Amino acid sequence: MELYRSHVLVCGGTGCSSSGSAKLIERFEDQLKEKGLDKEVKVVRTGCFGLCEAGPVVIVYPEGTFYSRVKEEDVDEIVSEHLLKGRKVQHLVYVDHKTHESSVQKSLNEIGFYKQQQRVALRNCGVIDPENIDEYIAFDGYQALGKALTEMTPEQVIQVILDSGLRGRGGAGFPTGKKWQFARASQAEHKYFVCNADEGDPGAFMDRSLLEGDPHAILEAMAIGGYAIGADEGWIYVRAEYPIAVKRLEKAIEQAHEYGLLGKNIFGTDFSFDIHIRLGAGAFVCGEETALMASIEGKRGEPRPKPPFPAVKGLFESPTNINNVETLGNVAQIILKGADWFKSIGIPTSTGTKVFALGGKINNTGLVEVPMGVPLRTIIEDIGGGIPNGKKFKAVQTGGPSGGCIPASLLDISVDYDSLTSVGAMMGSGGMIVMDEDNCMVDIARFFLDFTVDESCGKCTPCRIGTRRMLEILQRITEGKGQEGDIEKLETLAENIKASALCGLGQTAPNPVLSTIKFFRDEYEAHIKEKRCPAHHCQALLNYEITDACRGCTACARKCPVNAISGTVKQKHVIDTQKCIKCGNCMATCKFGAIIKN
Amino acid sequence: MENLVKLTIDGVPVEVPAGTTVLEAAKKAGIKIPTLCYLKDINQIGACRMCLVDTGARAFGAACVLPVSNGMNVKTNTPKIRSARKTNLELLLSNHDKKCLSCVRNQKCELQQMCIDLGVEDTDTYAGKMNEYDIDDLSPSIVRNNNKCILCRRCVAACINTQAVGVIGPVARGFKTQIKCAWDKSLSEAACINCGQCIAACPTGALHEKDSTREVWDLLNDSTKHVVVQPAPAVRAALGEEFGIPMGTSVTGKMAAALRRLGFEKVFDTDWAADLTIMEEGTEFIGRLKNGGTLPLITSCSPGWIKFCETYYPDFIPNLSSCKSPHEMEGAMIKSYWAEKEGIDPKDIRVVSVMPCTAKKFEAKRPELSHDGLQDVDAVLTTRELARMIKEAGIDFANLQDEDFDPMLGESTGAGVIFGATGGVMEAALRTVYEVVTGETLEKVDFEAVRGTEGIKEATVKVGDLDVNVAVAHGTANAAKLLDSIRSGEKNYHFIEVMGCPGGCVTGGGQPIVDAQTRMECDPKALRAKALYTEDANKPHRKSHENASVMALYKDYLGEPNSHKAHELLHTTYTKREKYIK
Repeated sequence: MELYRSHVLVCGGTGCSSSGSAKLIERFEDQLKEKGLDKEVKVVRTGCFGLCEAGPVVIVYPEGTFYSRVKEEDVDEIVSEHLLKGRKVQHLVYVDHKTHESSVQKSLNEIGFYKQQQRVALRNCGVIDPENIDEYIAFDGYQALGKALTEMTPEQVIQVILDSGLRGRGGAGFPTGKKWQFARASQAEHKYFVCNADEGDPGAFMDRSLLEGDPHAILEAMAIGGYAIGADEGWIYVRAEYPIAVKRLEKAIEQAHEYGLLGKNIFGTDFSFDIHIRLGAGAFVCGEETALMASIEGKRGEPRPKPPFPAVKGLFESPTNINNVETLGNVAQIILKGADWFKSIGIPTSTGTKVFALGGKINNTGLVEVPMGVPLRTIIEDIGGGIPNGKKFKAVQTGGPSGGCIPASLLDISVDYDSLTSVGAMMGSGGMIVMDEDNCMVDIARFFLDFTVDESCGKCTPCRIGTRRMLEILQRITEGKGQEGDIEKLETLAENIKASALCGLGQTAPNPVLSTIKFFRDEYEAHIKEKRCPAHHCQALLNYEITDACRGCTACARKCPVNAISGTVKQKHVIDTQKCIKCGNCMATCKFGAIIKN
Repeated sequence: MENLVKLTIDGVPVEVPAGTTVLEAAKKAGIKIPTLCYLKDINQIGACRMCLVDTGARAFGAACVLPVSNGMNVKTNTPKIRSARKTNLELLLSNHDKKCLSCVRNQKCELQQMCIDLGVEDTDTYAGKMNEYDIDDLSPSIVRNNNKCILCRRCVAACINTQAVGVIGPVARGFKTQIKCAWDKSLSEAACINCGQCIAACPTGALHEKDSTREVWDLLNDSTKHVVVQPAPAVRAALGEEFGIPMGTSVTGKMAAALRRLGFEKVFDTDWAADLTIMEEGTEFIGRLKNGGTLPLITSCSPGWIKFCETYYPDFIPNLSSCKSPHEMEGAMIKSYWAEKEGIDPKDIRVVSVMPCTAKKFEAKRPELSHDGLQDVDAVLTTRELARMIKEAGIDFANLQDEDFDPMLGESTGAGVIFGATGGVMEAALRTVYEVVTGETLEKVDFEAVRGTEGIKEATVKVGDLDVNVAVAHGTANAAKLLDSIRSGEKNYHFIEVMGCPGGCVTGGGQPIVDAQTRMECDPKALRAKALYTEDANKPHRKSHENASVMALYKDYLGEPNSHKAHELLHTTYTKREKYIK
């Protein structure tokens, strides 16, 4: 391997890619060549750094200088100043939202966003070139597979995973070692090891980042798992909407084959293992394991009742083990460093770390990995940097459309499987959507339910019709047509759907409704009884009013598309609420803050 | 020894073999768990969520797909379970067109029965937006009204599993899910074989036969026409069920009387043409056997099977018997032989067939099945439609005195009667072929090996020096299996009987519908077949070549079986059909 004096790491994750990081790489390479630095400085396109809000992100090593929101024209300056003359470009260095401190003198790990994080699953993301197997190997890659195949029996591998306490990161949190044990116990000629990369929660992208940033870690874990359960074939079910992940997986499989790390007689042992990729068409329900298998088989992606469980009768009728991407991201580390090391992170019932996709009304949107058991407050306030624009925190939705919301009063809750479930939310795959005082909780419930109604496969009655009827009720509440008894009807339907739907999607679909009713019942009641939206969000329940602050400038009247505003110059104007279509144009136009929502 | 599992259901200890479902185990404990999507042997998918039970797990389980396990403690009758079932039922009602009073399945609807059983008080508890779908009535046989569909998918399972056709399935998803053909095509454009097993599986009025009762009433009111009728062998084995007569009771005499009271000028019997079919098909078989013709010969009585073969196994078209199906033969004879004898212009005759079959409605319209520009059969009623007409006419069916069919085209032997059950055509053919080939009297006329409800039956029958290998398949999925084994060279037969519907015509797509609960308690295939075998056993003549009026037909009109004239009137041709719409 060639030696370089400096490395420029450019984030090639989804967020930074969409804000133009590919162009940055080209510009860096051109500029370095022009300055004759191309033999001294290497440009690496890495996986996601996590702090998407600050993207496109560039880190220059060995200094560890963290440049944020880098534009194409900034590249010349970084090259000529930092890389040529050794002077950091001050004005491009990341500034912490909360402390307003520039990170010029700090390394990455000292920045607020990263300080409280611990990267296990994402350890290589943003560090290595995901398209280069050598870099993965240089970071201990495939050592765990070698160890498992040459020094451990399958039973020992399973025991380590069991002892580590690793639980599924995809939703339900089932112990991974137990799953492997069940699959191992099934006797069959053929078994399959499947990676569930059908990440579908709105706003969640941890699996995507892991696949894009460290694809070999997933392949290695699948081979280890395949060895443990006795499978000879692996399948990765990944969404077609993740083209970069797909491309990098394909490349990684090819490279692993070249190096003899996949295929026949791996490490000269009797163990042979191959991996195929199946692209999903984007149905949320295909993340449910039985639907996923149906989809791989080429059938309509619909869940089927369990038992039989996949470990007994799964893909193509053979025993199958299915784990999600992030779960697998931990496996090689556990094998290498041992169960005790893994258990030392987190809390006894929820060991290790968890990756969250932080989104919504929060300063540092992005991907964070924290030890299980940290207080929710740490994630929101310290790592997330709090709520923008000085607004008040209202709630955070965890677990995506299957989860529930947690109100401000519970902000000190420990983030682990059981604590989240105990308050009606769930870990889910790790989506975390933050809401502030401007969010209407009835509308939030409607939003999530709208998603599940749309994504219901239509097989079982409660999910197909029940969630739809719940959505209709929520819709009418937000439109000011709520009726006495609607909350009770929602509760009855929700409880019934939870208890009687065929699969996890249906059984958890009512959670956002139940949890918002539980913690924000007053908001529901205000909508229904007083025809008022306390967050001033629901259009149908709003009234725009002009206050005495009006100077009679007539700007609002000219902007109003339906001529609902009348008044003479220099006189206070009036809005005809009958005519008003509540578009909000007037409020946005008024320079004197004289228009308010009620 | 069988592996037994011990469990408790509502406090009742039960011991059942491993692999039994909770639904079946509960039945054994005297507990009736409500079901809608479950259909024994056909559909077990746990989709409707009516059969929910509490096993202490996080969510309720669907008893129809939940296997028993040792020590299981099942509760089927808790307030929560009752509420969940009722809520799910009320949700179904919220998207169901509740025009029960004018529904063809009124009082024979499983959804309606469920409302009674579960005590639904308000059908609008969860009223909301309903899907509105166009009715697909372009098929000559089957009408689909998705406004009444509850998405139980029993029709889908029948189509793909028992019939190996699979032209319908769930389309779109979520609340917009509906059962239909791909690409929004009508059933009439798809490679549907018209068998009607989807209708037989449907718990509601979402599927029914294309109604011909109006057309037949109009014919009966037309004094310028000679309107004659012929019921198929299987009709008499089931028609009584529509009038409260127990399943498995043959109602031949009452049926003849009822048809006469409806106003048909002549009441003939397709059983007569069944005997005629045996003369033609038996002779064709002996001819192929002697002259090195294409073997195995495969029967052609079932129009569902014929379309299946034409569409999915066209390489077997040369194996199909060229004989028209019995009611088409009867129609051809009515419009030629009988017309000539009576001195009636065939143009003034209208032949109505009463069939256990929806595919016969399609068959009657096939252009090949005509002579001198006149279709052999003008209208086809299913057994269900006949029952509706009898009710509409105010005929007290159950109390009718037995009557006979009209002579000339109305007498039959026991061989003709058993055409309605799977294996019946084969048995009837063997009775005649044996005697024709050997010239000896067949002492034991019962060929037990080809009777029964086994999906594929095989036998080797000694006919003189020859060992004749025969096979019988019913339900086109079984037919496909059988044909595959011939294609691969694994099997070798001389003669095959195929009936499109499982059980043969007695459980055809036009027969009275048997609900899912009844199907759990008895096998309509066996019960109805028994009625026909009993009638056969009681007949003075049990071999087709002993049918005096058929023999008279040959003597007076056709000459001999497979004669030129017989070929012209009683035989047909087949067409290869496309599987996919272009």
